[in-house]
Amino acid sequence: MMPQNFSFFRLLAFLLTTTILIFACQQPDIERASDSDYGRIGGISGNELNDVQELHKSNGSEPQTLDPHRAEGVPAANILRDLFEPLVMESPTGELVPGAASNWEVSDDGLVYTFFLRPDSLWSNGDQVTAQDFVFGMRRALDPKTLSSYASILYPILNAEKINLGEMESDALGVKALNDLTLEIRLVAPTSYFLGLLNHNMAYALHPESVKQFSEKFSRAGNLISNGAYVLKDWVIQSHIVLERNQFFRENSQTIIDKVTYYAIEDSNAVFKRYRAGELDFTQSIPARQLDWIEKNIPSEYFQSPYLGSYYFGFNTSKPPFKGRPGLRRALSMVIDRKIITDKLTRAGEQPAYGWIPPVKGYEQQKSNWASWTMEQRISKARNLYHEAGYSDQKPLTVEIIYNTSQDHKRLAIAIAAMWNETLGVQARLLNQEWKVFLQTRQSKINTQVFRAGWIGDFNDPYTFAQLLHSQNAQNDFGWYSQEYDSLLDGAAKEIDLLKRAQLLQEAERLLLNEAPLMPIYFYVSKHLIKPWVSGFEKNLMDHTYTKDLAILKH
Amino acid sequence: MLSFFIRRFLSAIPTLFVLIALAFILIRIAPGGPFDSERQLPPQIEERINAAYYLDETLLSQFTRYLGNLLKGDFGPSFQYKEYTVNELIFTGFPVSLKLGSLAMLLAIFFGVACGSWAALRQNQTIDYFLMTAAMTGISIPNFVLAPLLVLLFAVQLQWLPAGGLGEGGLANLVLPVIALALPQVAYIARLTRGSMIEVLRSDFIRTARAQGLPTLTIIYGHALKPALIPVVSYLGPATAGIITGSVVIEQIFSIPGLGRYFVQGALNRDYTLVMGIVVFYGSLIIFFNFLVDILYRWLDPKIKL
Repeated sequence: MMPQNFSFFRLLAFLLTTTILIFACQQPDIERASDSDYGRIGGISGNELNDVQELHKSNGSEPQTLDPHRAEGVPAANILRDLFEPLVMESPTGELVPGAASNWEVSDDGLVYTFFLRPDSLWSNGDQVTAQDFVFGMRRALDPKTLSSYASILYPILNAEKINLGEMESDALGVKALNDLTLEIRLVAPTSYFLGLLNHNMAYALHPESVKQFSEKFSRAGNLISNGAYVLKDWVIQSHIVLERNQFFRENSQTIIDKVTYYAIEDSNAVFKRYRAGELDFTQSIPARQLDWIEKNIPSEYFQSPYLGSYYFGFNTSKPPFKGRPGLRRALSMVIDRKIITDKLTRAGEQPAYGWIPPVKGYEQQKSNWASWTMEQRISKARNLYHEAGYSDQKPLTVEIIYNTSQDHKRLAIAIAAMWNETLGVQARLLNQEWKVFLQTRQSKINTQVFRAGWIGDFNDPYTFAQLLHSQNAQNDFGWYSQEYDSLLDGAAKEIDLLKRAQLLQEAERLLLNEAPLMPIYFYVSKHLIKPWVSGFEKNLMDHTYTKDLAILKH
Repeated sequence: MLSFFIRRFLSAIPTLFVLIALAFILIRIAPGGPFDSERQLPPQIEERINAAYYLDETLLSQFTRYLGNLLKGDFGPSFQYKEYTVNELIFTGFPVSLKLGSLAMLLAIFFGVACGSWAALRQNQTIDYFLMTAAMTGISIPNFVLAPLLVLLFAVQLQWLPAGGLGEGGLANLVLPVIALALPQVAYIARLTRGSMIEVLRSDFIRTARAQGLPTLTIIYGHALKPALIPVVSYLGPATAGIITGSVVIEQIFSIPGLGRYFVQGALNRDYTLVMGIVVFYGSLIIFFNFLVDILYRWLDPKIKL
């Protein structure tokens, strides 16, 4: 017997299907056979622009704030680069070029920089960008009341450190407006990477009136006044941030993209799905597991290039078993076959690292002396060192490797533990911790023995890496202190002669590699998926992309 | 009736207090703090930041300060999103979760009750077995498996629906999350309805109705449905509160900026005030919905005295 209400359910099923179909038809997406089949891009000439100039980018985690002086991390910096124009800008390939300052002079002793601002540089409300705005910005960045966690990056400026620590008034800062369009910055010591620092968001100018008017809410959509190619239009927390063209930007006529949306999505798998579904044009990450698929199906949309970062394992040298045992530390570093790790595990073109500092212009990369040896030579030397440290097959070294919870870190730690075990007989335990727990463990230097870490350069200079191991550095999670290393670094910080400075830093790195408080594993690469209709993208070491340099081709 | 209202209201106060105290202690016990980051701060700066958020005070005085502000309806500033207060975040996140959750709940109640009743009517027949197998599958498949599958099929392969986000706020963006959120609930409600419906259908007053020759549909709608819904309703109270305050998993998978996603990110960032705020908000909602359920009971079954 047919159920009496059967037709009722059939009707429901029909209704549901229709609803889904209606929604499906509303999606204005192009039909296509496969992911790489887009038809003709850029019209007949190949450079024809699309009518709609909108860019959709994934941007990792949600920025904590868009206040340039309180913002931390890559996602916030990506957005701020579109919003503000610092004194010194970057070209698409990452060269430093004039920004809000059209040119500058440096005194012979390298201590005084004078910047000449552009008269046609305007804020997004039409106000003139003045030297006073930069003074205001940098004083605010260093003001202890601003609670900036990144202020130390400006410490090369005269009196900056004292002001930031509350020992001096902020008007003593070595940043002065000589007139509306001339800015003078005095430094503590000649700092060869200083121009690069000025590109950092900590050195941005702010519009003083709007900051005073809205106080801590000045950086919200509707309040924020910026001097870059874009203005902040909308911010939906944990969803997206929309920027639109700044009509008052001095080169507005050359900006092509009208609107850019940054999506806060942490999970690279989710990013990948939304990219494939056509919702994103540009991704900041790719899931490592999908690399095969990407290389097979959309190789022309995959961009990877060297990135200024080092992935490493650190030793806690303040506690046994690694305290005072550089030989043992070197041995453990030597037997890691980095080629296998980059070829089989990370697989995105990462460079095996035998030195601490990634390739940087004007710096000769250093390598451990054993880097050129064969694996056999390294293993036999390492065994000697291992035995000298008092360990053997009967009495193996047991260590704990801690890392922050992630599939990729886990696979790498397993591989390293296996290499240690195979070559030296080391018994390694793996322990993973959630990010914040991990940070606390690592920084306390109490329970750690070997820990996973990575360091991304704040500016394009070897010093940003070298300083990590300075005894005064709060980030020194190794508990490793060397007077000789400190004095080499301090010497380099004061040196004007670039060649001599590089030599000092190189000597410091050699010392560091010999002492081996850390084991460099590989140098990072930046990885993007970019739709073929996005033109103007250039690879660069800092992985900085400015939307104003991009365009959307007809598609 | 009035004394019932007053009793319920008064008993809610200690419940909430215990909830707040527990949440406060638990989040503080978790290792790692809101301002820990890869880049460590100079000690002087760290002290200043801690002082600005009163983290330098004793836990007890922080707790009393929190309670004091709470009484004024102030959840405090977010530790993570520097220029936002927790009140603002809850009021931007809740409407999103509410929309998503109520759509999912409506869908779940409608299909759940319908399928459950149908299965009860055809007890131990093919259709019953089929529906209950489907329901069992629905309950067993966790939504963190179901949701990515839906995305893969409808967004990546067929390109019918967006893979995530809220887009311009269109309905298309809600379809997949609502379905992913509703399916396990449909299954659960269907099973509950079937069970109690079978029991009701065996009771004397239904037999009387059948003996009088009333058509099946009239019996179901007019007599059986109301008493059969009592266990469903008691389940719906907490379930609705849970769903409309945001499904933690679904909002995370679909990058939907609702309370569930705020909660997860808040916990990861050790955003103490945001996590506390959402817990208190959620707790109050559960208490409120349980209260609603008690009132519904009385309407459904006059035998229940308030």
